Amino acid sequence: MSTLAYTVSDSRTLLRRNLRRLRRYPSMTLLLIGMPIVFLLLFVYVFGGQLSHGLSSALAGGHAGRGGYLNYVTPGILLMTIAATVQGTAIVVAMDMTSGIIDRFRMMAIARAAVLTGHVLASLIQTLASIAIVLGVAIALGFRPTANPLDWLAAIGLLALFAFALIWLATALGLAAKSVETASNTPMILTLLPFLGSALVPTSTMPDGLRQFATYQPFTPVTETLRGLLTGTHIGSHAIIAIAWSVGIAAASYLWATRLYKRRQPR
Amino acid sequence: MSGGREPAIIVSGVCKSFGQTPVLDRIDLTVTNGTVFALLGPNGAGKTTIVRILSTLITADAGDARVAGHDVLSDPDGVRAAIGVTGQFSAVDELLTGEENLRLMADLHHLGRVAGPARVAELLGRFDLVDAARRPVSAYSGGMRRRLDLAMTLVGSPQVIFLDEPTTGLDPRSRRTMWDSIRELVADGVTIFLTTQYLDEADHLADRIAVLDHGRIVAEGSAEELKRRIPGGHVRLQFGSPQALEAAAILLDAHSRDDDRLVIEVPGDGGVASLRRLLDQLDDADVEVEQLSIHTPDLDDVFFAVTGHPTAEEAVL
Repeated sequence: MSTLAYTVSDSRTLLRRNLRRLRRYPSMTLLLIGMPIVFLLLFVYVFGGQLSHGLSSALAGGHAGRGGYLNYVTPGILLMTIAATVQGTAIVVAMDMTSGIIDRFRMMAIARAAVLTGHVLASLIQTLASIAIVLGVAIALGFRPTANPLDWLAAIGLLALFAFALIWLATALGLAAKSVETASNTPMILTLLPFLGSALVPTSTMPDGLRQFATYQPFTPVTETLRGLLTGTHIGSHAIIAIAWSVGIAAASYLWATRLYKRRQPR
Repeated sequence: MSGGREPAIIVSGVCKSFGQTPVLDRIDLTVTNGTVFALLGPNGAGKTTIVRILSTLITADAGDARVAGHDVLSDPDGVRAAIGVTGQFSAVDELLTGEENLRLMADLHHLGRVAGPARVAELLGRFDLVDAARRPVSAYSGGMRRRLDLAMTLVGSPQVIFLDEPTTGLDPRSRRTMWDSIRELVADGVTIFLTTQYLDEADHLADRIAVLDHGRIVAEGSAEELKRRIPGGHVRLQFGSPQALEAAAILLDAHSRDDDRLVIEVPGDGGVASLRRLLDQLDDADVEVEQLSIHTPDLDDVFFAVTGHPTAEEAVL
């Protein structure tokens, strides 16, 4: 076999291992999906009635009221799902790095990239499955996307790309953490970012300072693009900015993570 | 390849410091193919650091090391393909079953769909793990975990195996089982590099023993050669009065005497015949002994003999 074939084979073996571990430890995945679902219910049923009055101009197709707000908020909740699930990535990576098995992997002639690739691919599958579940809940509550098949394809592609970027970031954070506890805390900032963007309310309603941050932080263009693809709102330049952010975060985090993995002294 | 008759492990002038603390100081070692080499030393002597350097986990600050014909610095993948390592901390996946752990190793060694499962089944049988094969490792006992750990190390049929304190923390029965497994490996012709804090373990298993103390090799030889340098066992006698102590000291050939504690130590292996002779001698002279204890040589004695200080860390600082 060639080097590439070994890399693919070893990555697949470790992907299988990580998926098996996720299945053996389902409480973590359920806990991580729980957060966006709770926020979805909270924002639609508790705040949604009131928020929709103030947002009538921003709600798509003039659908005011709770149903309109559900349509507005769901894309943001899907991104929150990504932010929540990658917390699990950081925890799992940190758990692996503090266990003895990682030393075994390092002392074996396995493809260098395979250990991290195995984690990233397993997390990507976990995240996409979580998104599907949260989307299912939103549809059950009355979310009515207007997307055509091509829009859906683009939406899934965007979600996968953004998830891929944040998973690499979480992998790096997991590698950088000195303990599993730290690893479970640092990515928490990611779950805050949707609140400080256009996920729940338009950024134009925010005060100076916060508004500029909210407008230019990565979650906002991704939210706007996803919202446009699913519910037909205006996308404009958001799409290209969203892709640029995702590719940028993925590339920088990949370099950081692989560097940390190589440098990391065993216990 | 393993370079014909080149020794399995050659270490010359290896040094390693962690920050300002020197851990290894100009280590030289040679391990012949197909033999068991034991590195004997207390905690903190640098045993694990040597294993980590030789297994490519960390790099030395200076010196050269070759394992199975490959340089650890310039050809780490060549070394990795030839070695297996079982550390003192178990390197098993807690969430997987024993069988899945072995299968993972088989897949990472690219054994294939036929040879892989066959090797897994063989190792499960050999290490008495068939009944536990489908249970998660988190439910395994310490001994089972250690056996699985060793089995995982063997999946790739390594030429050189590093065992870093393979029996530390095991109960005596599991320890025996582990020794038996190690002897079987030797019979298969592999080279074993063993670290241990137990003299009897090195004595039972090793062809050659090196004693490591504060990062330096202070003695090297076969078990017999080393034992010749250790003072033999002794019998410790405690008396009720200075008079009894004085009488016994005149009567016996004591090699040490402590007047404050009323204790003398007499050379002896603690065998029944020599013990009876000793007590008869004291009885005949009407000397009453309060307490008697027998000491056989242990790591502390070896240490004392070759370094002139006990194993305890603070004794040297």
